[in-house]
Amino acid sequence: MDLLTELTILILAAFVGFEVISKIPNTLHTPLMSATNAIHGIVVLGGLLVIGPATGTLDELILVIAIAFGTINVVGGFLVTDRMLEMFRKKPTPPKDDSE
Amino acid sequence: MKDFLQDPDFISAAYIVAFSLFIIGLRRLTHPATARQGNKIAAAGMAVAVFATLCDPIIDDWPLIILGVVIGTAVGVPAARNVKMTAMPQMVALFNGVGGGAVALVAWAEFRHAGGDIPLEEMIPILFSAIIGSVSFWGSNIAFGKLQEILPGRPIMLPGQTFINAALLLVAIGCAVAIAAGEESEGLFIAILISAAILGNMVVLPIGGADMPVVISLLNAFTGLSAAAAGMALDNTALIVGGMLVGASGSILTNLMAKAMNRSIGNIVMGGFGGTVAAPAGAADEEGRTVTSTSADDVAIQLSYASQVVVVPGYGMAVAQAQHAVRELSQELEKRGVEVKFAIHPVAGRMPGHMNVLLAEADVPYEQLKEMDEINSEFSRTDVSLVIGANDVTNPAARTQADSPIYGMPILNVDESGAVIVLKRSMASGFAGIDNPLFYDPKTSMLFGDAKESITQVLGAVQEL
Repeated sequence: MDLLTELTILILAAFVGFEVISKIPNTLHTPLMSATNAIHGIVVLGGLLVIGPATGTLDELILVIAIAFGTINVVGGFLVTDRMLEMFRKKPTPPKDDSE
Repeated sequence: MKDFLQDPDFISAAYIVAFSLFIIGLRRLTHPATARQGNKIAAAGMAVAVFATLCDPIIDDWPLIILGVVIGTAVGVPAARNVKMTAMPQMVALFNGVGGGAVALVAWAEFRHAGGDIPLEEMIPILFSAIIGSVSFWGSNIAFGKLQEILPGRPIMLPGQTFINAALLLVAIGCAVAIAAGEESEGLFIAILISAAILGNMVVLPIGGADMPVVISLLNAFTGLSAAAAGMALDNTALIVGGMLVGASGSILTNLMAKAMNRSIGNIVMGGFGGTVAAPAGAADEEGRTVTSTSADDVAIQLSYASQVVVVPGYGMAVAQAQHAVRELSQELEKRGVEVKFAIHPVAGRMPGHMNVLLAEADVPYEQLKEMDEINSEFSRTDVSLVIGANDVTNPAARTQADSPIYGMPILNVDESGAVIVLKRSMASGFAGIDNPLFYDPKTSMLFGDAKESITQVLGAVQEL
């Protein structure tokens, strides 16, 4: 991919990121932070892609740690977010508008 | 089938599905009713992205990949399952840190692998992700240490800190420029990682505990940006979009949190919050101001005969796991015709929404939880404010003392209510390390002890009335 295509994708993704989060109740700040935190664990893909061509013990060690770190980030992040959000489920009457 | 799965177009198409799911998931996460589903959708997107990547023919080191994933799962799943609700913020900091660490390590491995043959348009993102990833990893670890109270929550500051930080950043950037200019030395790359690591430590150490949520959110956005940069280096659209979504939404979120505290992000990062205040906080006690302490029975009487009680929960309630006892007390009071409301400061606890999560866990009805703007006008009509382990968010110094480090931060105006009861373990100052004049107010009485025990005693006393 050429640089300009990548920059295009990057900038558009930035605007989507800004727009998607424009208005949120305070209640959801923490779960939302935690969920976005899990999403950046996508860097685990980088570890998976680079370990193929990698040779040498040090490179492999670095990448195994990277993959382990990325996995912790993804798996742990989504699970923790789910646990936080689970608590909102038991509410007797889910409010439509809880904070504005 | 195999050919189809290994087709680069299939992988790219799967990535489109993956980041669409991220966007839909994030969208749903902004509404309470759909939030949980949104998180699952985002997780499904991640599964699609990982599966598609594993189909790439470049992947052949299966034993090592499985090793990494197994280690990561073995650490991540129990950590996420067993963490207490009160320790949630630290957990998020830690997960964020390992994400940043992964970015820095991938950048390092890619640099070692490709050596000096990397074109500039890939080299710059690699260097960027190495610097930011390393800052994020170490910064998050310090944030974890502070919240877990392994490190003192108080700001730690060296003389000339800003100068040292600037110098470290210059070293990192200088090495990066040298590499980009064609000096293909791994030593320089390691120097980047190390100077960024020290920088990460130095930037977060001087920040006081009260600002930590904002810092974690900022580091979260940083990690997202560095992941997007890694995506540009590796020509991977899923990484670019996923990382940038987090970078952008994370900065919005950081800004919202900073606003709730009436502070700018620059102000927080330039730090030293609370650093100079520790001294006057100690000296203040020597001025002979007195604190009134009270007993559970007195509190029970005050509460039972009030017509409106506002509960102000804070970190102390979280630490003591008092939320269930608090809910029982509020039900008991309501039976007696007392109107009970909960005043939730946007940054009460260690993270925005922390109190909402705990009270929701204890089945406190949603309608009783009031946000700051809604409840502040009601304090003047309130007979008793019951402050449970909250400190800085009730500190009237934020309104009155222009030299206070929290001056200007919107607070809950509990001092306007008829009486204030503060449940607290001791007279120690809050996480921000700032003295709270509310405690010396003549209409304030203090009930010392563990919040859960105190509430249980008060509940017992109310039932006996």
